[in-house]
Amino acid sequence: METVHLAGFLDFKSIYDFFDGFLPEGLDWLAFALAGGSLAFLVINTVVMATALNTWFERRAIGRFQARLGPNRWGPFGLLQPIADILKLITKEDIIPEDADRPVFTVAPIVLLVPVLLVVAVVPFGEDSFLGRLNVGLLFIVGVTSLGAIAIFMGGWASRNKYAMLGAMRGVAMLVSYEVPMALAMTGVVLVSGSLALFDIVQAQNVPFLLVQPLGFLVFLAAASAEMSRTPFDQIEAESELGSGYHTEYSSIKFAIFQLAEFMAPVVTAIIVTTLFLSGTRGFSPVPGQFWFVGKVVAVVFLMLWFRATWPRLRVDQIMGFAWKGLFALAILNLFLVAVEVQWLQDSDGDLSTDAMWLMAGINWAVTVVSVVVLANVLGQRRIQRREPVPSPLANMDAEAD
Amino acid sequence: MYGTGLIKGLAVTMKNMVLPGRFFTHHQYPNRKIGLLGLAKASGTNVISYVIRQPAMAAKALVGMAEVEDRFPQHPRFRGEEFAWYEERCTGCASCAKYCPLGIIRIVTHPSGQDTLEGDKYSIDVFDIDIGRCMFCGLCVEACPYDAIHMGSGFEQGTYRRSELVLDVDKLRKAPKRPSTWFRPQIEARHYRPQDGEQATWREVARHEKPAVEQQEKRWAKR
Repeated sequence: METVHLAGFLDFKSIYDFFDGFLPEGLDWLAFALAGGSLAFLVINTVVMATALNTWFERRAIGRFQARLGPNRWGPFGLLQPIADILKLITKEDIIPEDADRPVFTVAPIVLLVPVLLVVAVVPFGEDSFLGRLNVGLLFIVGVTSLGAIAIFMGGWASRNKYAMLGAMRGVAMLVSYEVPMALAMTGVVLVSGSLALFDIVQAQNVPFLLVQPLGFLVFLAAASAEMSRTPFDQIEAESELGSGYHTEYSSIKFAIFQLAEFMAPVVTAIIVTTLFLSGTRGFSPVPGQFWFVGKVVAVVFLMLWFRATWPRLRVDQIMGFAWKGLFALAILNLFLVAVEVQWLQDSDGDLSTDAMWLMAGINWAVTVVSVVVLANVLGQRRIQRREPVPSPLANMDAEAD
Repeated sequence: MYGTGLIKGLAVTMKNMVLPGRFFTHHQYPNRKIGLLGLAKASGTNVISYVIRQPAMAAKALVGMAEVEDRFPQHPRFRGEEFAWYEERCTGCASCAKYCPLGIIRIVTHPSGQDTLEGDKYSIDVFDIDIGRCMFCGLCVEACPYDAIHMGSGFEQGTYRRSELVLDVDKLRKAPKRPSTWFRPQIEARHYRPQDGEQATWREVARHEKPAVEQQEKRWAKR
C-alpha cells in the first residue's frame, strides 16, 4: 500500500524555501512566519470553502434522502446557494437583546468557531502537507474540541433567554458526557499505533483501524456525531422543543458564524475519523494521497449525513442513558480488548506486525457483533414504569351537574 | 431485536437516495421553451417592439433557447393582499371593520350630503387595513352587504417596513381592481379570471346592478 503524494501541495517546506529565497540573510524567522501564515490562510480558507460546499451538499443530499429536490434555483444545481445564504445573513439586522451580557454574547460565536478550525492544524493532509507536526496531536484534538461546550454555554447564558439557557444547559451536559466515550475510543487507537501524533497514527495503519477495532470506530462515530450535535443527538437545538436552542437570540453575522461552526463540525469530524480510523492519506498508488484523503472525508461526511437524514431525535434521558450505559460500556470493552491483544501480540520492539493486526481484526469483529447485539437487547429490556393515570377530580364536574 | 428499526430506516432513506428523479414528491420548477411570439405576448408587447427593446432575448427565442418559468396557474379564488375596493359601492357602513376578527380595519366617515335619494351617503375619510397583521380569512368580504370590498389577487408586495404594509384609502383607491372570485359567485359565473390582467369595474362585480333612479323613487320616498 505505497502511496504517491503531490509534492508542493500544502507543503510547508517548499513554501518556506520560497520565502527564504528572496529574503535577506538573518530573516529566517520572517520567512518562517510568512510561510506559516500563508499556509494557515490557505488551509482556513479551504476548510471554510469546504464548509460552504458542505451546506449545499447537505441540503441537496437530505433532499434526495427524503425524495425531494434541495435548493436548485441559484446557479447550476443550486451550487451558488451558500453565497446567497451568506449574503442574506450578513445583510440582516444584528440584534443584541437588551438584557444580554453583551461582551459574552459577542464573543461566543468566535469561541465556538476557533476550536473547530484549530483541529485542522494538526491533521496531516499528505506526506509533507500539514500545519503543525504536533507530537501530542490527539491530546490537542481532545482538549480543543472540549472548548465548544464553553462556547455553547456562553451563547445560551448571555442571551438571557429561557429556551437558549435550557438548550445550552442540556447541551453542555450531553457534550461533557459524550467526551468520555470519545476519548476512550481514541485511546484504543493510541494503544495500537503507539503514538499520540496523528502523523505516526497514519503511518501505523497498515490495516485501517476501522478493520482493526470496529467497536472503537462505532463508538467514536456515535460520540463524535453527538459532539457536533446533529440530528440523532441535537438536544442543543431541538427546533421542535426549544425554538432553536442556544442561538435563539442570535441574528445576522453572529448567527452566520454559529452556522458556519456547526456546518464545519461534520467536515472536521470527518477529517479526524479519516485520520484515526480510515488510514488517512494512505491508499493505492496511482492516485495521490491527498485525493485519497479528500475522498475518504467526503465518504464519512456522507455517512453522517445519512444518519442525520434518517434518525429522529432522542429524548434527553435516552441520550444520557445511551452515553453512559451504552457507549461508555462499549468503549471500556474495546479498550480492554485492544490492550490485552496488544500486550499479547506485540513483538520485542513493542510494534505490531500486519499479520497481528489482521488477527486482531478477526477477533474484534466477532466481539463487536456479539457485544452490540447483547447490549441492544439489554438496553431494550428496560421499559419505563409509568403510574396508572388518576382521573382528575374536575374531569366530570359538568356531567354531574346535569 | 432492539435497534433493528434504525437499520430499516437507513435502508428506506438509502432507497430514496438512489430513486430516479421522476419519483420525487417535488419537481424542479419546469422551465418551458418559448418562441418569439409567445415571448412577446408574455411580456405584453407585439413582436416588433419586443425585438427592438430586447434583441438578445429575441435572438435566443429565434434559435429556440429562450425559456420561461412555467408557473402553476393561480386559482381565481386565490385570496390576495391588495383588496379590490370599489368606492362607488361602499357606503362606509364599516361592517367589514366590525367583522374583522383581528380588528385591523379602521374606517372614519362623514356625511357627504350627496346621493340623498337613497338616504344620505357617507364619504370615506379613512379606510386603513393593516395587512401586516391580516390573516386573509376574508370575513370582511363575506360581511360586506354592498359587495364593495373583494380580496385581491396579488401576492408580491414585499416591503422594508411593517408600517408600509398598512393600506390606506389612497392605496385602496389606486390598487388594481382585479377582485378575487373568492365568496363572489357572481363574478365567477361571468368567467372572470383576475389573472388574465383585465380589471373589473364596479358595475361588473356586484350581485345586482345599482337600482335606477325610477326604481329608487319607487322604493324610497322622495325627500
